[in-house]
Amino acid sequence: MIHPQPRLLPAGDAALLVEFADEIDDAINDRVHALAHALRAQARPEIRDLVPAYSSLLVCYDPRRASFTEIRAVLQNALESLQTYTSPEPRRVEIPTRYGGEFGPDLAFVAQHNDITEDDVIRLHTTVIYRVYFVGFAPGFAYLGSVPEQIAAPRLETPRTHVPAGSVGIAGRQTGIYPMESPGGWRIIGRTDLSLFDPNCDPPALLRPGDRVRFVSIGQSGNP
Amino acid sequence: MLTVLDPGILTTIQDAGRWGYQQYGVPVSGAMDLPALRVANQLVRNSPDEAALEIHSPVALETNAPHLIGLTGAYARFAINGRAMPMWMSVFARAGSTIEIAPKRTGGWLYLAIHGGIDAPRVLGSKSTFLRGKFGGMEGRAHAAGDQIVIGASTIGDLVAAAGRGADVRSMRLSAIDGDESPTTNIRVILGPHDDWFAPEAIAALTREDFIVSETADRMGYRLRGAMLARQRAQELISCGVPLGAIQVPPDGQPIVLMADHQTTGGYPIIATVIGEDIARVAQSVPGDRLNFQIIALNETPHVT
Repeated sequence: MIHPQPRLLPAGDAALLVEFADEIDDAINDRVHALAHALRAQARPEIRDLVPAYSSLLVCYDPRRASFTEIRAVLQNALESLQTYTSPEPRRVEIPTRYGGEFGPDLAFVAQHNDITEDDVIRLHTTVIYRVYFVGFAPGFAYLGSVPEQIAAPRLETPRTHVPAGSVGIAGRQTGIYPMESPGGWRIIGRTDLSLFDPNCDPPALLRPGDRVRFVSIGQSGNP
Repeated sequence: MLTVLDPGILTTIQDAGRWGYQQYGVPVSGAMDLPALRVANQLVRNSPDEAALEIHSPVALETNAPHLIGLTGAYARFAINGRAMPMWMSVFARAGSTIEIAPKRTGGWLYLAIHGGIDAPRVLGSKSTFLRGKFGGMEGRAHAAGDQIVIGASTIGDLVAAAGRGADVRSMRLSAIDGDESPTTNIRVILGPHDDWFAPEAIAALTREDFIVSETADRMGYRLRGAMLARQRAQELISCGVPLGAIQVPPDGQPIVLMADHQTTGGYPIIATVIGEDIARVAQSVPGDRLNFQIIALNETPHVT
């Protein structure tokens, strides 16, 4: 459901959650990022951090510098002028990916699960231009959506303890890339050599909210 | 400089946190008990948000130069060259001294500040160690035996001046973190943001029942055991940004309080959120301790100055 008016909810005494909807919707996600952009442009010292997600924006503020009521007023004003706001042209990022074999141990599963060939999975995964809804879970981990229904796949019942950095996975209709080695339960279909996160760069993440992402197959490893 | 003789476990460099990078999935990190970090720094005339050593288990350090140090946080045994030293005060340690610190209860957090601060590189604006991300602090890791901890510039004159002020700061000991071991700690929370996802009985149980800190309590979050907090909505919450102190409730109904290294976004509804001033009390609770949540209104929150 998309709320007729965004809900401004207290999240403790140092954060406020702006909730536009309780569903995933591209136009709503655009508004989330537009609001974050507008607030960033205001560069208010009392606002310490902004956490955009699918359909909400968490605004972290310093309660020593502003009250909930004051922050709420700032947001109400920003939301009113948002009506005419047009988001900047999104960046386009290509992810060169090796599918299958040692790099994509679950490619065969995703194909079998959907009763299609591994080549079909690769073709379908590389056809779509994905939206970065937001970055969360781990540094640099972008929530990308949505993969075609024909290659959707459930998570592993038992997550792997080590998923290598650069692994490209599918969970339901989401797809994403593990920026660093970590445990994980997504179905891994390929791997990229791109560095997704570098704490010594600013910004540290390759993918940013609002980016448009396309995977490009640069060959299959281990498969003839 | 300090040399690490016994690193203990989870001894890391922490400051007031890495703000402004959550949009890239980077947790804020920083001291688990921020007021204790700030007092430790004030004891040794540092800026309150300067980096200090966060200590979670017995450690031993050796000074390679004279240093003015201050220890705050959970109750601990604190000795220099075998002589017991007071916490919450500025203390001189001569060059070649051995500093030994051991929390009295496993699970507490201590802060050792050194005049001059810790000379660690700022990564994304902060010296704080983020272990899962392997960056910040000492090469992104917990301290190991033999590590050399470089201390920022100081002069003997500064040290003497700082020592003179030490006594003034002694009274700054905070009641909120005085390490009282009463059976139950009261924790003030603000309802929401997802309180409407829960049945009224769950809201009632949150404040009526005590919750016990489980063994699964680390820098990311503290899992609690207690009354089952049942939802009244069956649908899945779509992931949203989550604040420090959020009380998330997974499907098993047992709450998790999000701490300094918490993930930036989460998909479990948040029944209530611990107010900033009481985060340190949660942090200093150890497995087996009981927490009692008290719901307050936003206009009842203390204004920290």
